[in-house]
Parts: sequence; structure tokens; C-alpha cells
Amino acid sequence: MRKFLVYICLISTLLTGIAQAELTIEITEGIKRRPIAVVPFGWEGNSQDMPLNVADVISSDLTRSGRFAPIAEDDMLQKPSSGVGLDFDDWSILGVEAVVVGRVTQTGDNAYSVQFQLFDVYGRDQLVGYRMPASRGTMRRVAHRAADMIYEKLTGIKGVFDTKVAYVTAEQQRDGSLYSLVVSDQDGENEHKIMESNDPIMSPAWSPDSRRLAYVSFEGNRSSIFIQTLRTGNRIQVSSKPGINGAPAFSPDGKQLVLTLGGVDGNLDIHVLDVNSRQSRRLTTHRAIDTEGSWSPDGRFIYFTSDRSGGPQIYRVSVAGGTPERVTFEGSYNARPRLSPDGEKLAMVHLDRGNYRIAVMDVERKDLLVLSAGRQDESPSFAPNSDTLIYATRPGRNGVLESVTADGLIRQRLASGQGDVREPVWSPFQRF
Amino acid sequence: MFKYKLLTVAFLVVSLAGCASQDVPDPDPTDTTIGSEDGANTDGMDDRGLGDGEAIDYDPSQGELTNVIYFEFDSSELRPEDADVVSRHAMQLANNSGISVRLEGHADERGSREYNIGLSERRAQTVRRMLLIQGASAAQISTVSFGEERPAAFGNDENAWAQNRRVEIKYTD
Repeated sequence: MRKFLVYICLISTLLTGIAQAELTIEITEGIKRRPIAVVPFGWEGNSQDMPLNVADVISSDLTRSGRFAPIAEDDMLQKPSSGVGLDFDDWSILGVEAVVVGRVTQTGDNAYSVQFQLFDVYGRDQLVGYRMPASRGTMRRVAHRAADMIYEKLTGIKGVFDTKVAYVTAEQQRDGSLYSLVVSDQDGENEHKIMESNDPIMSPAWSPDSRRLAYVSFEGNRSSIFIQTLRTGNRIQVSSKPGINGAPAFSPDGKQLVLTLGGVDGNLDIHVLDVNSRQSRRLTTHRAIDTEGSWSPDGRFIYFTSDRSGGPQIYRVSVAGGTPERVTFEGSYNARPRLSPDGEKLAMVHLDRGNYRIAVMDVERKDLLVLSAGRQDESPSFAPNSDTLIYATRPGRNGVLESVTADGLIRQRLASGQGDVREPVWSPFQRF
Repeated sequence: MFKYKLLTVAFLVVSLAGCASQDVPDPDPTDTTIGSEDGANTDGMDDRGLGDGEAIDYDPSQGELTNVIYFEFDSSELRPEDADVVSRHAMQLANNSGISVRLEGHADERGSREYNIGLSERRAQTVRRMLLIQGASAAQISTVSFGEERPAAFGNDENAWAQNRRVEIKYTD
């Protein structure tokens, strides 16, 4: 058994670093998109080309948001690389609302400076301008960060282009399935398999500092919860009690995990585990299924699924304990609660006229909005800006990922080439 | 490894079946006569071959013993026709304290994954309770619940779902 664990650790370390783009994005629905221009960036350096087409990354990010339609390079009447040469008339004639210009300058062997400026064509003014250091390894993140600043200026919503997504894939092989836990940039680039197993992997959950992932693994034909550090690939087993060990989720301070334990008699209850001391305490005692716990952003409540009333509904209980309070009343099936980081919306899996779909409930007003349109949609996870969710859907035999804005207006498919993709979880904001 | 376990089970089934009474009376070959000379079929009412007969004891170890128990949608109740199967596994465990089983609970793909873990655990516990009531000891039984993670059939229809709502009884060393 110990040997097996070491083997898995080795595999996960070896796998880190294998990158391939698995996710491509197609926009399935949307709203009227605002015309903007992202001018190809200027380049001053030792080589012919800049290490990364920064304007292309920014342009893709803005397109993928579903809110912007960058114009083609061929239509541009001028291509300045800073505000100095910018002629607003050349852009207003094209009906463009905003223009992004910038340049990449090499400052050392593997050192660069990336600068960009965003201009309001009608107001004839700069909205934001910024210069950031970069290396070849960090330039893509710098480009995403520029896109985040541009997006926030133009929409008032914080950008989430510099974030990651973790998900599980299952590929059918001759003798069973191969399960993988994958981390990629939110645009599908920089994909890393961080864990691979012939036994199921489930329920990945980000730590608030986005450096670790908790997950459930069935290696050895029993369920255990692990916490793996992404940078090193090292992992620790934090729960492997008899029976079920499932549904981990980090507390907002990252020090505790809420999880589900079943015991030998199989009574699933919500427990809270202190990650350092491994001390755990039981929060629910009902003989029904209590599972899928998640924290409110203020750390005061645990929201969870329970079928104590017959079918699954969402309840919440104080972290200090006490009697759980029922939260959902609409429909016969509401499960897998996840609160938005701003605490205003509760996402769930909701049975909608025979279809399992993603819905959000306004926590104050209690009204429910169905966001997805599949038959078998699951695992909703909020982006850290609370504006967008990612979830899994199953249009055919294999699961794929979709994202949708919390108002339901923009929905996109993130198509995958490899196997059955499920259980996406959006990372918190990344530290730079 | 896996083959070895299957062989163990097969051996137990055969050895138990060997103890069963094979003395079921043969039907009398002259019991029915059919004449077709005149285009009509007739059955005779001759009662030759009738005898006192003998009672047949119920023996649950007869026939092939399945290791998979299926469940209805949204249910963890044992279907009546599966009670015998579970009884025969219980008997094997009760008679052989050295063997043990792992009960693997499964659910179909509908709904939320971790909640499905709970549903599949309920099914595994139903079988566990039946085994315990009928003489197996708690130390012989472990459960693991895979929810929808390890489907027996791939597909998005009732046919596939019915094959996936199951408990597999696996004999371990």
C-alpha cells in the first residue's frame, strides 16, 4: 500500500509539466457584443518575434467573455504601439468603442517589460495604462492580467482571465478507466495532469491561496481525502476512516476542511477537520444523507445537501453547531450548494422538469434562476468574481464543461478532446 | 488476483451445490401420448406412473450464485427475488469465518455526484444488514461506495441506468 502511494506521488510529479491544450471554446449563446480593437503589440528585442503574441491573448480573452467583438487586424487604419501615435478619428469611423495598444520590450536574457494602454474612443481619453515585468514563463499570465484590467475598466466587473480551473477526466481503456485530475489556465492552456489513477478521483476543491487541491481518491478500493500541493506534487492523506470519506471543501482561511464521513454503518454526516491537527468534529447527526458541505464566504455557515425531508434539499448549519435550517423549497431535488464569493448567490443542481440543471438562488430574495439547458448538468463552481460559473454537462456520451454568467445571458461550451470531463472547479484569484 | 477470487467463489458454490439432493423424480416418458392419424391430437388420461413422490427441501445453494444485486430507481430496498441470493452469500460467510466480502455500492449517473455516493452507500448498507442478520459477522464485511463513478454500462438511458444501480459482492482474502 505504501509503495503504491509513493508510486502515485512519483507519477504526479512526473506528470506536472506535460502541457497540452485540451479545451477549446465555442460560444453557444450570448448578448450584443461591443466592438473594440486590440492592436498588435510592438516588439523591441534580440529575436525576430516576441516570445508570445500578447495582443492575441488579450483579444482571445475579451472575445471569450462573450461581451466584446475585437475587430480584425486587416480592418485597422493604423497600428500604433502606444498612445503617442493614436488618432481617435481612425477608430471612431470604424465604430470601435475602445482601443488597446502596447509593446513588449526585452530588458535582459529572460527579462521583458510588457506595457499596454486602453483608450476610450468617444471620450478621447486613456482609461488605464500599465507596465509589468515578465519572463518567457510568466508572459502569458501577464497578458491575462492586462486583459483582466481592461475588462474591469470596460465592464465594472473584475476579470478572471488570470485564474485556473481544475477538473477530473475519465478515459475508457481496455481494462477499465483511467482517471486524471487536471489543472489548466481558465482558457484551457497550460494543462497539467497532477494525479492519475485507475481508481476514481472525485470532488477537487481549491485552497483559498490556490496553491493546493483537496480531492477524493478511491485507490486501494477505499475512499480517502488528500491535499496536494500543486508546485511540488507532494500530497498528504488527511482522512481515510472506514466507510465514506468524501466531499471536501476548504474554509475561507484555508485551515479547515468540511467533509463527509459515513462510518461503517454508512450514515453520512458533515464533519469539520482541522488540517494541521487532524482533529475533526461532527456537525450533523441526522440518519439521512448529509453531504456536499461548503462554507459561506464569511466562514460562519456550512451549506450542505440533505434528504432528511425525503428528497435532497439544501440546508445550512452554523459552524459552531446547532440545528440545521432548510434553505431551498422550490422543486423536488436541490443539491451541491456553492455560494458565490460575494455571498449573494447560491448555486446548485436543480431538477427542472425532468432535467438536472444548474440554478442560482438569490440569497436575499430567495428567487431561483435556471442557468443551464442540459439534461444532466452538475458541479457548479463560481468564478472568483461571482459573475460567472463553470459546470459539467453531458450532451452525448461524454461530459464537457460549460460556463455561464450568473444572469444566464452568456453561455459557452469548453469542448474537450479527451474522455469524459467532469467536476470543474474554478480557482480563487491568483496571487501575482 | 481477481480471477483467483472468482475461482474461490465458484469453488464454494460447486462444493455447496454438491451437498444438495439430486433425487428429483423423473417424469414418466409415457405420461403423454399424441395421436395424429385422424388429424386430431388427443391426450390420454391414463394415470400410470403416479406415485407417492417425495418432498423437496429448499436449498438456496443450488444454481449459479450471482454477485450483483440490482435496485430500482431511487430505491435502496432489496427486490424480493434477490433475497435468496443475499441469503446464500450470508450462508457462505456464516459457514466460513475465514472469508470476507467487500460490498461495492453504485448509483446511476443522474443528479449530483457526492449525493449519489450517499445513495449507493444506502444500497451497500441494505445488503450489509441482510448479511449480518443472517449470520455473517461485521468483521467479514467492508463497504465502499462508488456512486456513479464506476458504471457497469455506459449510456444515457434507462437500460444503462438499471445496470448501474447495483451492489457488487466481491470476495476478498
